[in-house]
Amino acid sequence: MNRQIIKLFAFIVVLFAVLVGFTSWWSVFDAKGLKASKWNQRPLLEQQQIPRGRILAADGSVIAKSFSKGHGAGKRYIRHYPTGTLFGHPIGYSFVQYGQSEFEKSHNAELTGEESEFGTILDQLTGKKQEGEQIVTNLDVHAQEVAMGDLEAAGHGAVVAIEPSTGAVKVMASNPGYDPNSIPHKLSKLNQEKVDTPLLNRATQGRYPPGSTFKVVTAAAGLESGVITPESTIDAPGSIIDEGHELANDYHRDWGSISLDTALTNSVNTWFGQLGQKLGQKKLFTTMEKFGFGSLPPIDLPEEELLASGVYDYETQKLLNRNDPVDLARVAIGQERLLATPLQIAMVAAGVANGGKLMKPQIWNRVVNADGSVTKRLSPAVYSEPVSKKTAEELTTAMEGVVREGTGTNAAIPGVQVAGKTGTAETPGNEACGGGEAENQAWFMGFAPADHPKIAIAASVECTEQFGNDVAAPIFRDVAEAILNGE
Amino acid sequence: MTRARNRELLALIPVALLLTAGFAAVFAQDHAKLGNLSLTYGAYFFAVCLATHVYLRIRLPHADPYLFPLMALLTAFGLVMIYRIDESLARDQANWFVFGLVLFALTIQFLRDYEVLERYRYIIATAGILLLLAPRIPGIGEQVNGAYLGVKIGPISFQPSEFAKIAIVIFLASYLRENREVLIVGARRILGVTLPPIKHFGPMLVVWGASMLLLVFIRDLGTSLMFFAAFLALLYVATGRFSFVVIGMILFLLGAWFIVATVPHVHDRVEIWLHPYNEPQENGYQILQSIFAQADGGLFGKGFGQALITVPGTHDTMLPAAQTDTIYSLIVNELGLFGACGLIATYLLITARGFKIALLAGDGFSKLLATGLTAVFAIQAFVIIGGVTRVIPLTGVTLPFVSYGGSSIVANFVLLALLLLISNRARREAEQGVTHSRGDEPLGAAA
Repeated sequence: MNRQIIKLFAFIVVLFAVLVGFTSWWSVFDAKGLKASKWNQRPLLEQQQIPRGRILAADGSVIAKSFSKGHGAGKRYIRHYPTGTLFGHPIGYSFVQYGQSEFEKSHNAELTGEESEFGTILDQLTGKKQEGEQIVTNLDVHAQEVAMGDLEAAGHGAVVAIEPSTGAVKVMASNPGYDPNSIPHKLSKLNQEKVDTPLLNRATQGRYPPGSTFKVVTAAAGLESGVITPESTIDAPGSIIDEGHELANDYHRDWGSISLDTALTNSVNTWFGQLGQKLGQKKLFTTMEKFGFGSLPPIDLPEEELLASGVYDYETQKLLNRNDPVDLARVAIGQERLLATPLQIAMVAAGVANGGKLMKPQIWNRVVNADGSVTKRLSPAVYSEPVSKKTAEELTTAMEGVVREGTGTNAAIPGVQVAGKTGTAETPGNEACGGGEAENQAWFMGFAPADHPKIAIAASVECTEQFGNDVAAPIFRDVAEAILNGE
Repeated sequence: MTRARNRELLALIPVALLLTAGFAAVFAQDHAKLGNLSLTYGAYFFAVCLATHVYLRIRLPHADPYLFPLMALLTAFGLVMIYRIDESLARDQANWFVFGLVLFALTIQFLRDYEVLERYRYIIATAGILLLLAPRIPGIGEQVNGAYLGVKIGPISFQPSEFAKIAIVIFLASYLRENREVLIVGARRILGVTLPPIKHFGPMLVVWGASMLLLVFIRDLGTSLMFFAAFLALLYVATGRFSFVVIGMILFLLGAWFIVATVPHVHDRVEIWLHPYNEPQENGYQILQSIFAQADGGLFGKGFGQALITVPGTHDTMLPAAQTDTIYSLIVNELGLFGACGLIATYLLITARGFKIALLAGDGFSKLLATGLTAVFAIQAFVIIGGVTRVIPLTGVTLPFVSYGGSSIVANFVLLALLLLISNRARREAEQGVTHSRGDEPLGAAA
């Protein structure tokens, strides 16, 4: 019988192994999925009991904090946002019943103090309760105020300001905004506002035709691939015929044979349209992709709240790739079905500003635990190198011309060299604009100071009658001044 | 032999320390301060264990030294978990623990010659069946969640199936000891399958019928599975015929399938098991919450006293039956996968020790009894842990020594007493090199 007893024992070992297997599955391997189940209240209820960490601006002012309510086992923490609407974007909100959005969502783990498993066991041994860590962001309160103020005066739109050398996001403003404190009693109402869409962060989810700002990308592709040099000239007549349609300059002006500087300074459409054709789709798309087009931006916000920039098929809402048929000359001047977010355009400016090295844009700067010591610090990371240092310098020179004597003179800051590019894309029939004449998407993107850039900014205004230089360039100037003066 | 007992004493010390540490952790959690109450509790627990140990030293000096500390470990574990849920429940459980030890001592005292059990096997079997059916007797029967597992006489309520399992195992061990030979020799091959002789097919069918009846009457798949699995385990060990097990399993599955299809309550249980998300707020609530609680545990768990059992600020249950059915989920939640593995490892060690006793035992009845008791213990742990981890449908079986419940702890201490009795004799004989008169290895035993 002994042999059978041993076999029976082996069988019971197998049974118990199955138990260990299932327990591992639920507690570790499938834990993430189970925690996300809508029937599972635990994660929410537990988070409510954790003092969620504060979110601070770069200067230490409090953007979000938690206060406690109730006592004993019924004690829970509720979020409060002292700065109200100012940082509704990109900070978002966090309420147990209403969920989370934006920065509050993407940094939930740190804010709730969800440490590694080893950290947790250490805390248990010392009897420490889970406590959220606070996050200091790169956000600049004053510059954000300036951006919001300017946008409120100009109309719906967004501003993104990035420090080129680190990728630190100093401003991310989107108008109309909302007060996160109002979410518990106004969420459904805010969701119903289909035109103003205050809950939409236009900086990351507003997709607009980039217009002439995109010429910087086309120029970058031309210089980087060697198709042109700063000295090479292209004949730029008043209009060219592209794919059977006329592509014209403003006032059909014939610029004759000109080089990059003149073409960019005056935003000459026929010059860039022809450059696009010379480049071919492969080369142009390669540079675009290096600048971040075609992928979700590498920023610390929830992926589901980000949109990729690129050429879209309007019907399927899918991104087209380098092999899909597109009207290349029109893509080259930022029209066709090309759509870009203000964040993407700010990334283009930041990449050029940083000598061709595009840093990953990040809102957070450091995580500070309850004891006040820094547990994590942002280490700037290169996202890509879309152009060489030489190309970046050549582009900068051309972009300086735009502000000095070209289409973007309103961006000029006294005593500071500014490099930039305007954009004014016509968006006929844009329903969001509610009809009427105001159907331009006005842009300005650039950086300052041009020789050692401290800040790269994209400003975009929806549904305006005005041009980029009139409405977007002044926003750029004000925000850039606010940041440069603040240093 | 005192060396074994010294080892037992040595093993009890870490158990007492663990209990003290566990209580300390729960106190720290609850009151944010550390009194010396946890030390007091630890000392009480150690004193009770020590008394038992001294008793074992006198009565069963040769018995397995690890079984009692291992079971004390489980009890300590259970006490801490239950204390963490509800202080008054833990006090009850501690009382049951002491009562269980008294019964443990009485069993050892009066059943030293445990083979007398063989003489009363039919009475024991009848008592076992009656115990199982008692919950269906109007007036004393109790229905919990649609299953009939409890009996309430006056102020005392208990789960008779806990005691019935011991009775049934005693009967099966005795019956199979006597008939194993005929079962093997009389077996014949039909169509390539070895079948037991027709004459003895009858009793097997009776056991099968009984477990099916159980399923219908008490409507608890887990209990029924536990009994039938113990039967198959014993049948296999007694005859060495794997084909018997296969036939038995097919019979059980067919019967269970038929009953699942026809008895609504049992059908619901299986439906919930297969599709818990169909009614996540109603029938599926318990199993889903059980799994959600485990998901929260991760590798190391949230720590003693950290799990949410009710919705904060209310009395709404988050983990139904946390002190009984789903205590394992609570353990995973608070102690994580590692804690759960530790628990399962403890059950496995007990099983290993139990089978070791069976291997050492000289006579057939001892062997089969030790095997049966160990198997039913292990299978019970499997049925309830498997239930809350969705390996099998969730049923109302207790987690031995850990779950809250007097019947469970008392019955399992009786089971432990029997195992130690067998062990004491087996090890003494092994040491003294006794060639036993009742030996039946190889085949050929007749009482």
